[in-house]
Amino acid sequence: MPVFDLAEQPLRALNAALHASGGDNGRFEVLNPRGAHSVAVGVEHPCEIEVMGPVGYYCGGMNEAGEITVRGSAGPGLAENMMGGRVVVEGDASQYAGATGHGGLLVIRGSAASRCGISLKGLDIVVGGSIGHMSAFMAQSGRMVVLGDAGEALGDSIYEARIYVRGTVKSLGTDCIEKPMRDEHRAEVADLLEAAGIAADPADFRRYGSARKLYHFDVDHADAY
Amino acid sequence: MCGIVGLFLKDRALEPRLGALLSDMLVTMTDRGPDSAGIAVYGAPRPGRARITVQSSAPDTDFPALAEALARFDAEVAAKSTHAVISLDAPRLAEVRAAAEAVGAIRVMSAGEAVEIFKEVGLPAQVVDRFGIRAMAGSHGVGHTRMATESAVTTLGAHPFSTGPDQCLVHNGSLSNHNNLRREMLREGVRFETENDSEVAAAYLTARMAAGRSLGEALDDALTGLDGFYTFVVGAKSGFGVLRDPIACKPAVLAETDQWVAFGSEYRALAGLPGIETARVWEPEPATVYFWER
Repeated sequence: MPVFDLAEQPLRALNAALHASGGDNGRFEVLNPRGAHSVAVGVEHPCEIEVMGPVGYYCGGMNEAGEITVRGSAGPGLAENMMGGRVVVEGDASQYAGATGHGGLLVIRGSAASRCGISLKGLDIVVGGSIGHMSAFMAQSGRMVVLGDAGEALGDSIYEARIYVRGTVKSLGTDCIEKPMRDEHRAEVADLLEAAGIAADPADFRRYGSARKLYHFDVDHADAY
Repeated sequence: MCGIVGLFLKDRALEPRLGALLSDMLVTMTDRGPDSAGIAVYGAPRPGRARITVQSSAPDTDFPALAEALARFDAEVAAKSTHAVISLDAPRLAEVRAAAEAVGAIRVMSAGEAVEIFKEVGLPAQVVDRFGIRAMAGSHGVGHTRMATESAVTTLGAHPFSTGPDQCLVHNGSLSNHNNLRREMLREGVRFETENDSEVAAAYLTARMAAGRSLGEALDDALTGLDGFYTFVVGAKSGFGVLRDPIACKPAVLAETDQWVAFGSEYRALAGLPGIETARVWEPEPATVYFWER
C-alpha cells in the first residue's frame, strides 16, 4: 500500500499518484497532513484513501470515485463539488462542506459549520452532529440527514433537496417548510444512516423541504413581475 | 485573506517559549498574506514600571535622540531594529509618551504595563527575525500577516493595532462602516494614525471600554456597532478574546489543552503546538464572544 508522508513529500506527489491510479482499487495512506490544503482532490478512479489527521481547505474536492476517510477534522470547502464516491470525516468540518455536490455520499461524524450543502445538486450528506447557519441554501437535489441541530435559515430558497433533522432547527429560510414524515421518508433516512454507518431511529427525524412558492412562476401574479 | 494567530498560556512553564511558539504559528500563515506582519507579546508586568513600544523610519538618528530626550525621566530605551522599547516609571507614562512622540519620526506602537508590539512590511519570517521575537517570553500574544485590502501597505497599516493601554487587535476581514465610525470618533477627540478599517475597530473597542464596559461587553457591543466581515483576535493585559461576525465567512479555529488556548485562521497554524494531538479543536461560533484570562 503506498504511503505518502506529507511531512516529507509534496502534496502534488500524492494527488498525481491518486490521479494516475487507473482504477486498480488501490489503497493509499496519507501521514502528517497537519491541516494541508487540497488533500486527495479530483480522485477519478476507485481507490481507498485514509488520511491520518486533520486537513485544511478543499479536501476531497471534485471526488469522482475515491473512498476517502479523514481521521481528524476538515477545513473549509470539504468535498466541494463532489461528483461521486464517498468522503468520511471523523471530526468536524468547517464551512460550506459538500457545497454544490452532484453525487456520492459525504459523512461528517462531528459537526459541520455554516453553509453545509449549499447549492446541493444530488450529493447525500449525513452529519452526526449539528450544522451551522444557511445550510442547504438553494439546494436543488440530494438529501441531508442531520442528527444534531440546524442553525439559522435552514434551506433558504431551497428547490427539491430533502432535509431531515433530528434536533432543533433555529429557523427556516425563505420558502423552506416542515413536511410530514411518511413511510417512504423514514425508509430513506434509514438507508442513508445505514450507508453512513450511524445508528439512529428514523422515526426521530423531521423533514424539511421547499414550499415551492418562490421558484415557480405563478400566472395569477403576472402583474407583480 | 490575512492570517491571524493567538496563543494564551495557562501553564507558566511554557512562558519562556511563547515567542518561539507564536512565531512558528504566524510563519505557517505566510501564504495568507505577504504584505506585512506583526506580533504583540504580553510579558510579565514589573511593579511600578510601564513600557512603550515605538517605531521610527530613521532609527539610527531617532533612537539616540530618544534616549537623550528621555534621560530626565529615568527611562531606558532598548532599540530593536526599527522599533524600540521604552521602560519607565508607570505614573509618568503620559509625559514620557508625549516626549517620545516629539522626537523625529517616532510613532507609538503600544503602551501599557505588559504589551510590546512589533510590526513591519515584509513576510512573517523576516519580521520575526528582525525583532528577535522567538527569544521573547510572555503569557500570551497575537500575530497577524496581512493581505492589504483597505489601506496602504505601510508599517502603520500593519497589525496589531493598539489604541488603548495594553490593548491590541488583529483583524481578518473588511469593515463597511469604518469611515462613519471614524468621523464620529474624531469628533469625540479620538486620534487615528491610518485610514485603516481595523484601526477603527480597535478604537471602537477602546472607546467602549473607556465608557466603562469590560472587554467582553465591548466585544458584544461590536456585534451591533461594527458592520462588515471580521474575525478579530483581541489582546488585553489579562488575556485574549475572539469574535466573529454573524455571517462568519472568515475562517477561525480554536484549540485548547490544559496548557494553552490557541487561535489560528487555519488548523495549520496550530499543528506544531505541544499536545495538539489531544487538544480539543473547534470552530468558534458566529457572533459569539470567547475570552480567556488569568
